[in-house]
Amino acid sequence: MKVRFIVLIALCCGHLQAMAQDIHREKSLYRNIVVKEQYNRRCLVFTVKRGDRNQTCMDLNDPKRLVFPYVRMTLGGLLVNPDPKRVLIIGLGGGSIPLTLAEMYPGALIDVVEIDQAVVTVAKKFFNFAETENLKVHVADARVFTKRAGLKNKTYDLIILDAFTGDYIPEHLMTQEYLEETRALLAKPGVLVANTFSTSDLYHHESVTYQKVMGPYFNFKRQNTGNRVIIASTEPLPSDFVLRSRAKKFSAQLHNYGVDVEAFPRFMQRKIDWDATKRSLTDQYSPANLLKSDS
Amino acid sequence: MQSGRSNILFPALVFAMAFSSGFIIMSVELLGGRIMAPYFGSSIYVWGSIITVFMLSLSIGYLVGGRLSLHQPNLFKYGLFFILAAFLLTPTILLGDQMMDWVFVRYEDPRYGSLLASAFLFFLPTALLGMIAPYSVRLLVESAQESGRIAGGLYFFSTLGSALGTLATSFYLVLWFEVNEILITASCILITLGIVAMFANKHLAPSTPFLIGEAAS
Repeated sequence: MKVRFIVLIALCCGHLQAMAQDIHREKSLYRNIVVKEQYNRRCLVFTVKRGDRNQTCMDLNDPKRLVFPYVRMTLGGLLVNPDPKRVLIIGLGGGSIPLTLAEMYPGALIDVVEIDQAVVTVAKKFFNFAETENLKVHVADARVFTKRAGLKNKTYDLIILDAFTGDYIPEHLMTQEYLEETRALLAKPGVLVANTFSTSDLYHHESVTYQKVMGPYFNFKRQNTGNRVIIASTEPLPSDFVLRSRAKKFSAQLHNYGVDVEAFPRFMQRKIDWDATKRSLTDQYSPANLLKSDS
Repeated sequence: MQSGRSNILFPALVFAMAFSSGFIIMSVELLGGRIMAPYFGSSIYVWGSIITVFMLSLSIGYLVGGRLSLHQPNLFKYGLFFILAAFLLTPTILLGDQMMDWVFVRYEDPRYGSLLASAFLFFLPTALLGMIAPYSVRLLVESAQESGRIAGGLYFFSTLGSALGTLATSFYLVLWFEVNEILITASCILITLGIVAMFANKHLAPSTPFLIGEAAS
């Protein structure tokens, strides 16, 4: 019985390996990075033993198409600020968000902050990512970058936080103080988009923390994704009518990237669906990883 | 005068205090990572800076503590180390952010920034806590023959304290309390232990400093 079971497992593993081909492996200071290819998809994977996590996938037949729902959802920020001129993106991954924005807004200045040089190298080599005059990558800790940018009085019209891989959360990027430093970088009007978690106790703590710093925001969730995208603004949130008319305008352009933007306004909720009595996360209290595993 | 050998309370107190100092050293070290992350991130070099500073300050603490143990060692002075360590922790609690701001503006490289900041924040209190180890040995050792066993026992308790301090802080304390609440509690514990030791100085006698000489003669 036992032997048969082992043989079965061995067969399954062999089968899986035959389907997904590793085309690159790299051990960085922060993680193990693997680039896999499967069904015409090339994916950047941060390996962990239990359930590898695809960071970014690229459709090899249609490299522009944004494969992951949450990546598409971050573009919902454009419905709140349709014409960003200076953009800050925290977390590079495969670089699909910065590439899309750079193509949509050729005149915009885009700063990307990525902690891991290896991720930058892999994005350039395997995911068509390239720096240009207007699109720059800074290899740094996001908190350190944000503090320094604040000292230099830099401002951005759109800031996208996408630093959470799901396996380990950088806890100093989830606190009230960090969000305050980030809000200080926002021009007026400015939009903050954050890809966050929609499950576990952390959802409540995180929601409370964002609410405390940014005020009311769009809580953007869609079915069949574990993601929740927060879209907050320095200004009062636009009405549903404005969202819908902007979505209509973006519709054709975003269609090229596989983004069904016209469906977005329906899911961009203003309701508080979290436990508002939960404690907000601060530099003094930020056990995000423990809260995430607690539920 | 009461003999140290006949009194079990005296070594028990010293072992308990060595245990507590070991616990608090590692608790503070782990919180160091938390304290510095907003300024320097939490990358491997930030931990490198913290561990370097802790090792360096402990090593100097050992040296100084050993030196001080030559001059009429007693529980009163021993207790003073604990109280002083607690006071040296207060700037870390109250002025930590200002110190790190100062460093952050002057040093762009987060490696040297974090090294300097952790030196400012942790060098003095940790050195004081390091002094406790050799001084404890001196308080308990009565003969050359026993010295290895006593030192082994002290290493055991203080390192066990360190292990538990690491575990408790990283698994539970950060989930239940704020960083400063933990640090303030640690300071209060140090002060309490210090006062207990000073009080005990009148009632519990250490081994007499002349015992080794007497036995030889």
